[in-house]
Amino acid sequence: MVTLNVNGKDHALDIPDDMPILWAVRDVIGLTGTKFGCGKALCGACTVHLDGNPIRSCVTPVSAAAGKKITTIEAIGDTPEGRKVQQAWLALEVVQCGYCQSGQVMAASALLKSTPNPTDQDIDQAMAGNICRCGTYPRIRAAIKQAANVKAA
Amino acid sequence: MMTRLETELPALPETGLARREFLIATAGVGGGLVLGFLLPRVMGPQAKHGAETSTFRTESRPFVPNAFIRVDPDGLVTLTVHKVEMGQGTFTSIPMLVAEEMDIDLAKVKLEQAPADDKKYADPILGSQVTGGSTSIRGAWKPLREAGAMARILLLTAASKQWNVPLEECTTSGGMISHGKSGKTVSYGEVAGAAALLPIPQKVQLKDPQHYRLIGTPAKRLDTPSKVNGQAKFGIDAQVPNMKIATVAASPILGGKLTSVDDSKARSIKGVVQVVKLEDAVAVVADHMWAAKQGLAALDIKWDGGRNASLDIKDIVGQLQEASNNQGRAAPGVVARSVGDFRKTFEQSKHRFEATYQVPFLSQAGLEPMNCTVHVQPDRCDIWVGTQVPTLAQAGAMTLTKLPAEKIFIHNHYIGGGFGRRLDVDFINQAVAIAKQLPYPVKVVWTREEDMQHGIYRPYYYDKLSAALDDQGKPIAWSHRVTGSSVMSRWVPQMVENGLDPDAVEGARDPLYARDNLLVEYIRQEPPGIVTGWWRGVGVTHNMFMIESFIDELAHLAKQDPLAYRLSQIDHVPRAKAVLQLAADKAGWGGALPQNQGRGLSVQFAFGSYVAQVAEVEVGKDDIRVKRVVCAVDCGTVVNPDTVVAQMEGGIIFGISGALYDQITVKQGRVEQSNFDNYRVLRMNEAPVIEVHLIRNNEAPGGVGEPGTAAVAPAIANAVFAATGKRIRTLPLVPSLMQT
Repeated sequence: MVTLNVNGKDHALDIPDDMPILWAVRDVIGLTGTKFGCGKALCGACTVHLDGNPIRSCVTPVSAAAGKKITTIEAIGDTPEGRKVQQAWLALEVVQCGYCQSGQVMAASALLKSTPNPTDQDIDQAMAGNICRCGTYPRIRAAIKQAANVKAA
Repeated sequence: MMTRLETELPALPETGLARREFLIATAGVGGGLVLGFLLPRVMGPQAKHGAETSTFRTESRPFVPNAFIRVDPDGLVTLTVHKVEMGQGTFTSIPMLVAEEMDIDLAKVKLEQAPADDKKYADPILGSQVTGGSTSIRGAWKPLREAGAMARILLLTAASKQWNVPLEECTTSGGMISHGKSGKTVSYGEVAGAAALLPIPQKVQLKDPQHYRLIGTPAKRLDTPSKVNGQAKFGIDAQVPNMKIATVAASPILGGKLTSVDDSKARSIKGVVQVVKLEDAVAVVADHMWAAKQGLAALDIKWDGGRNASLDIKDIVGQLQEASNNQGRAAPGVVARSVGDFRKTFEQSKHRFEATYQVPFLSQAGLEPMNCTVHVQPDRCDIWVGTQVPTLAQAGAMTLTKLPAEKIFIHNHYIGGGFGRRLDVDFINQAVAIAKQLPYPVKVVWTREEDMQHGIYRPYYYDKLSAALDDQGKPIAWSHRVTGSSVMSRWVPQMVENGLDPDAVEGARDPLYARDNLLVEYIRQEPPGIVTGWWRGVGVTHNMFMIESFIDELAHLAKQDPLAYRLSQIDHVPRAKAVLQLAADKAGWGGALPQNQGRGLSVQFAFGSYVAQVAEVEVGKDDIRVKRVVCAVDCGTVVNPDTVVAQMEGGIIFGISGALYDQITVKQGRVEQSNFDNYRVLRMNEAPVIEVHLIRNNEAPGGVGEPGTAAVAPAIANAVFAATGKRIRTLPLVPSLMQT
């Protein structure tokens, strides 16, 4: 048995230790906001927070989350950064197909938490691992800057 | 005849509804009025009810004036969207068309995805229920506004009758009807039941564009709130009770078949439920994707590679080259267009130029891997999927299950990037074939590797362009010989006449230049093993790279500025000239740039829209970087301007990946690329600054999903030439390809 704390709730799961967090969250717990894109930490669609830090859940086994807190897109709006990012995303109409955006929002929220006023280089560094095939990069950049300029609620 | 209020709508364009047998009454369920496209007239219960007997205050039936609109007595307006949302914004722009004419608040409508039904929901341009080809707004523009206007006039009529006041004295706004003189108001919901009993008018009148309150304004997208908080459901998110998860391995050699599989190790993995064999693939069914993946890796599979076992990309390119050079062929290919006399002019000219260009096979690589959830039962088949072609998915399932269409339910979902890949149903048919062998529902999810290596790829094209030039260096004769696979021959063979694939020559058939002596030919050469299909920008994307590179080469030969050279030749297309001039002005065309940087441009008319782009690039030793793209677009009437801008931005970025990085190659019968490490796509740190400028007018709306992609590759190639003096004629543009 593995106990996973996801979005503040403990889940006791009968799953192998080496199962990536992605599949535990999607297929076992049933939270489908976190997306599968590549399975090899190449696209960022599966980004979740582990104790507030962004990780690629498709390659991080559930054993690495023992005793730690997982936050997914479904709950990121409960954090000040997550809320600001979501609002900026909607204000600037960032989203197109939306499939990568869970990961983008998670990566951007983590960036703003560690770097409240990111430079373009900071944004490049934090976001280059998150692929968007619809090409929303210019708006993601603008939305991160807009979110950074919003005073914490 | 009912007319729109004159004071509100002067000089209205009149709409003849008979054109498409639009809005013909059929029997309604429960006395309501249901109307659909192309259905025969049937007098239903509404005739017996008698329209005038009920009062709208007590009427409880819904108002369903056509296949797109439903008004419930409680006032809820439900709009059925016949196009799938894959990022292009149709879940907002199509409701805008209805809401505009119906005078309702866009934010308060409920949206529903249409079921599979070609009779009600076929795209008028494409002939079936397809989301593709940048047609959504072009096709919906008239019928969806008509649907909204029809609903409004019936609701308005119901209220005016109830109040016993002239129709002309009533107005509509925000889902309410008002009578100014008496101060009476009533909601659409309250008159829905009465409106449902009214006869259908033969004509409706549409708003004069000057009275638009939604069309042309930046509406907030309706699908996006659920896409920033994880609530949006894509096909891969489908959850069905008792569902299992499967993942698949198809023959790694293209076209190969399954010989045998030893699944003993796989079956011992906890969570693995079953192993399903198909003719050309094996699926492992499990409690979750992790067990399915582990199970698949533990299978010992023997494949029969078949005839493609030693296939190499060099063989395919060699065959294309041979076909293009017409070796061993009696006929030069199919003539797509012939104007004047190209051959004679070319042969007699002192100045001639020829060049060949090549573009590779491409994967669409949408971020949501192929997936499909299916439950086959004796009396029905349910399919949960994101598809651009619900009726094709239904037809495939009919063949496999032997069930009739009405027993096959396509539950369409948001698509995590279509780009043409979900115009095919191979992965849906495969999932149905797997589910047929299982007594429970199954979600089949491809790994990224499976997705990339068993794709349906944009064809490799090998094109030869030839021009004769006058003494000033302008082209006086032009030929374009397209050689490559015919997507339409597989996908929609009825549109291929006399061997001519109209998509393969789209954009080539009507170049902006040298129109007096023009010869456009198509040579079909199918690559062994590879199935070819649609990719954002379709035929136009490849042809624009060729044409706009070639004209740039001619400008250089003529020692003329590429902008001035083009402008001097396109007086006959003023809208093209205007976008080109605008893009050049906004980009600062002619201004100085640092060393190793250059500007290049392109201009096109495609998908009903005019687009010009100026790209600024920096050429390094190993890499080309696009720093800035300025785009000017005239797509006629703009429905949602922010969506037009977003589609240009996204199309440009998609096109840059194709121009700089992407290619699918084959070695020993296997696709060499497998994931985003070896199929590189543009990332945040590589994305240029993009500026989009719209030219606004009231012309018919053009498509915007694909033109941005088509325009950018030639602009980049021309910018590389401007920066270095080296011309690259093959995509992707890598510095090692620079010719001296």
